[in-house]
Amino acid sequence: MEAVFLQLLNGLDKGGAYALIALGLTLIFGTLGVVNFAHGALFMLGSFCAVSLQKVLSMSMKVRDESVTFFEAYKEVPYLEIWFGDAGKALIDWTVPLALLITIPIMLGVGYVMERGLIQRFYKRTHAEQILVTFGLAIVLQELVKAYFGANPIPTPAPDIVSGSAHVGAWFGLSDAIVYPWWRLIYFLFAFAVVGAVFAFLQLTTFGMVVRAGMADRETVGLIGIDIDKKFTTVFGLAAVVTGLAGVMYTPVLPPDYHIGMEFLVLSFVVVVVGGMGSLPGAVAAGFLLGILQSFASMTEIKSILPGIDQIIIYLVAVIILLVRPRGLLGREGVMED
Amino acid sequence: MSSILTVEGVNKNFSGLKALDDVNLVVEEGSVHAIIGPNGAGKSTFLNCLVGRLIPDTGTVLYYGNKPEGETLFGLPPHEINQKGISRVFQTPEVFEDLTLFENAMIPVMAHLDGSYRFNSWGGVLSRGEIADAAEHILSDVGLLEKRNMHSGSLSRGDKRRLELAMCLAQDPKLLLLDEPTAGMARADTNNTIDLLKKIGEERKITKVIIEHDMHVVFSLATKVSVLARGHIIAEGAPQEMKGDPRVQEAYLGGAHL
Amino acid sequence: MNMKDNILVLIFGAVILTMPLWAGIVGAGYPDLLQKFAIFGLFAIGFNILFGFTGYLSFGHAAFLGIGSYTAMWSFKLLTMNAIPAILFATAVSGLFALAIGFVALRRSGIYFSILTLAFAQMCYNMAYSVLTPITNGETGLTLTAADPRILDAATTEGLPSTEVFGMGLSGYHGFYFCAVILIIGFYISVRLYRSSFGLMLLAVKSNQNRMKYTGLNTKPYLLSAFVISGMYAGLAGALMVVIDPLAGAERMQWTASGEVVLMTILGGVGTILGPFIGAIVIKYFENIFSAFNDAVLNQVFDFLPDFIQGIWVSFASLFVGKGWHLTLGVLFMLIVIFLPGGAMEGFRRIAAKFKKEKEAHSAGGAE
Repeated sequence: MEAVFLQLLNGLDKGGAYALIALGLTLIFGTLGVVNFAHGALFMLGSFCAVSLQKVLSMSMKVRDESVTFFEAYKEVPYLEIWFGDAGKALIDWTVPLALLITIPIMLGVGYVMERGLIQRFYKRTHAEQILVTFGLAIVLQELVKAYFGANPIPTPAPDIVSGSAHVGAWFGLSDAIVYPWWRLIYFLFAFAVVGAVFAFLQLTTFGMVVRAGMADRETVGLIGIDIDKKFTTVFGLAAVVTGLAGVMYTPVLPPDYHIGMEFLVLSFVVVVVGGMGSLPGAVAAGFLLGILQSFASMTEIKSILPGIDQIIIYLVAVIILLVRPRGLLGREGVMED
Repeated sequence: MSSILTVEGVNKNFSGLKALDDVNLVVEEGSVHAIIGPNGAGKSTFLNCLVGRLIPDTGTVLYYGNKPEGETLFGLPPHEINQKGISRVFQTPEVFEDLTLFENAMIPVMAHLDGSYRFNSWGGVLSRGEIADAAEHILSDVGLLEKRNMHSGSLSRGDKRRLELAMCLAQDPKLLLLDEPTAGMARADTNNTIDLLKKIGEERKITKVIIEHDMHVVFSLATKVSVLARGHIIAEGAPQEMKGDPRVQEAYLGGAHL
Repeated sequence: MNMKDNILVLIFGAVILTMPLWAGIVGAGYPDLLQKFAIFGLFAIGFNILFGFTGYLSFGHAAFLGIGSYTAMWSFKLLTMNAIPAILFATAVSGLFALAIGFVALRRSGIYFSILTLAFAQMCYNMAYSVLTPITNGETGLTLTAADPRILDAATTEGLPSTEVFGMGLSGYHGFYFCAVILIIGFYISVRLYRSSFGLMLLAVKSNQNRMKYTGLNTKPYLLSAFVISGMYAGLAGALMVVIDPLAGAERMQWTASGEVVLMTILGGVGTILGPFIGAIVIKYFENIFSAFNDAVLNQVFDFLPDFIQGIWVSFASLFVGKGWHLTLGVLFMLIVIFLPGGAMEGFRRIAAKFKKEKEAHSAGGAE
């Protein structure tokens, strides 16, 4: 029982990341009809917002290290610390949550430029061409990040206060020994909140209603005379923000490097396929489900029966779904069924 | 005259909407059987049941072109249905847009000779004289031989329809299903299509089932007409009989009298 | 196959076999690079048989590259250093895997198919690194050791043997010629396929599957055949990689390697006979050049500029060279897909058409 609970926890934050990324991808595919192979890159850009902020906030200068008396030693001290003392240090410590503030406008901008500059031209073109051009874009973005930030993962820690673990077991009446890192818990709740916000937006606003209508029947919505173009840009921006947020908050869990975009890209498509392409609830559900499933698959008991299963479980599920129920768990019947 | 297709007691429901309601129909061999009816009557649903694409909730559709005792087409993949001697023409002409007319013509010939799959990977496609000859033949039959090296995608709608018909004929079908063959055509094209279909009728013994809106086409070609309204066959008979039939008028005009 | 095709193959063969002689003019004359041309050219030609002819985009062909490599490696270790059995086994085993994967993946079409191939390739890649390490040796990769059985070979006295074909060593240019011959054969086969009835059927699939089915043709076996054939080409290419350099690692199964062959095919001209090969050599050639550039070279190139501008240009250009080669590739790829989706071949066609138009205009003008 406890082992199950532990694995459930283990899969939550990863599941949350998958869910958010898949949510963004489905928004783009469901509304715009575009297959976006640059989606993983959006996740990566989000995480590098945190990295950039960290870099800026940690800008430092050489200061004489008083504690070393043998010789003249110097250490790097961040400007913020010099100017603002403890408050400065706190700012740097809270880089990741602070990065949320800059991620939203940055990702909106990125999404806007991407949609207006590129994606727009590919609405009428084939899925294959969309895949190819966004794949090219993903490579370009990845390489630019690599050129500027280097090839190594850049640790971006969570604020000190939440860097420990919570005694989650005790909350649920289970063993006190079951702990879960605070930040990962926060991430899960954050993902949940973002999902909730997106759904609320779609349900409760006029804009959201248009988007939902567009997802159900794009042609008719266009015919009604609603200015689809502007809406599309906004939707793309929204998707970029959601994905970027998923990335920026995930940095303490997984130190970002230029390559994580590609890694999450394959996963995100697999999740969307399982959930049902074009289904928002499906994407979210599948994301959490697959994250938890992957976590369970890495239990030693399971691995001893089926070695290596954790590596392939997600893909295996996708293959089975694609064969047995191609519309996915929650997809609409007839969507791209052959 | 023997029948080539019998439809008995076909019902089809789509989540509460009764698309087909106890449909019974007999298609005589060699006839030109038109199925008319107002929009939403269930004509497309009916056609899809005929080609085995949709399986009705109840009822049978039996095809006698292949086996004398008749066989059902339900659940068969399209290529198998075709290999039994049924060809069809789509509302929007479906041809191989990227290929030349000549290549378009060769493909059904090859399907007819080689079956649904043959790994003919070695000899050049043109090296089989019989195929090239047959392709030329059918193109000239429909008057498209001079355009043989054109990309079929650049043809007019009327020409595409002719090409499509040629491709159907290449397989020497027993039953030809035409789904609104003159849809979207101007007068001239429509008349050309009618002439072509007449010519085909004279030269070969093919049974034709035509779903049609255009009464001019129906009266020019059909030997028998079935009227489908609200999922049910409400009248049947020779075309002239249908003209004055009050039931038909009511179905089309909703009660108003001419 | 008509006369024109036969001549094409002969010219192709002549061009390839004489490459060591003329490629030096553009700085490409050494064995390493020439071998890459042949190997990736083969890979691209095979990939085109699926993507170019049927339009089905597979993002998982790198898996076959890896499978071919591992199979060939095991042939070297268990049987003999002779390259022939190695490539035969590799091709056959890749074909079998392609049959299995293709059978499942082709149950769907379009983007679902692409995602399925991607999923399978990732599975293979992950398994190669984890569960299948006895076969693949995981991260380290498979290499030759002195302790390998090699039951068909006579015992070697010392050190590690090298690959050979019935006694002839395969280092340097010999290695290239071995690959070149196989490339030419592969090219010939692809031309024959293109001109055959089978080839026409593949093109029909790409053009209108609906019409094809209603014309009595079962599209599934045609697609599966194309998939298996292209998988075999990929496996063969993977085997050749190992023949030249006996080391098989899982990194060549990464799906980004699948992306590279897509790039090559598109760049050269998807669906054309020569396009994919041209795309392969162009990419490998420029990869070679660009990767060799560094700041020192750039500084030389921009020397004529005043210092401060030179600095800016060098910084900008350095993004695109050396390790930045992939950036260049990505940008190039995007430009091609946006502006010239038919690739290089379409570019040639347009230029040729322009010349023809001008010629006709001239002659028409002259006649008046």
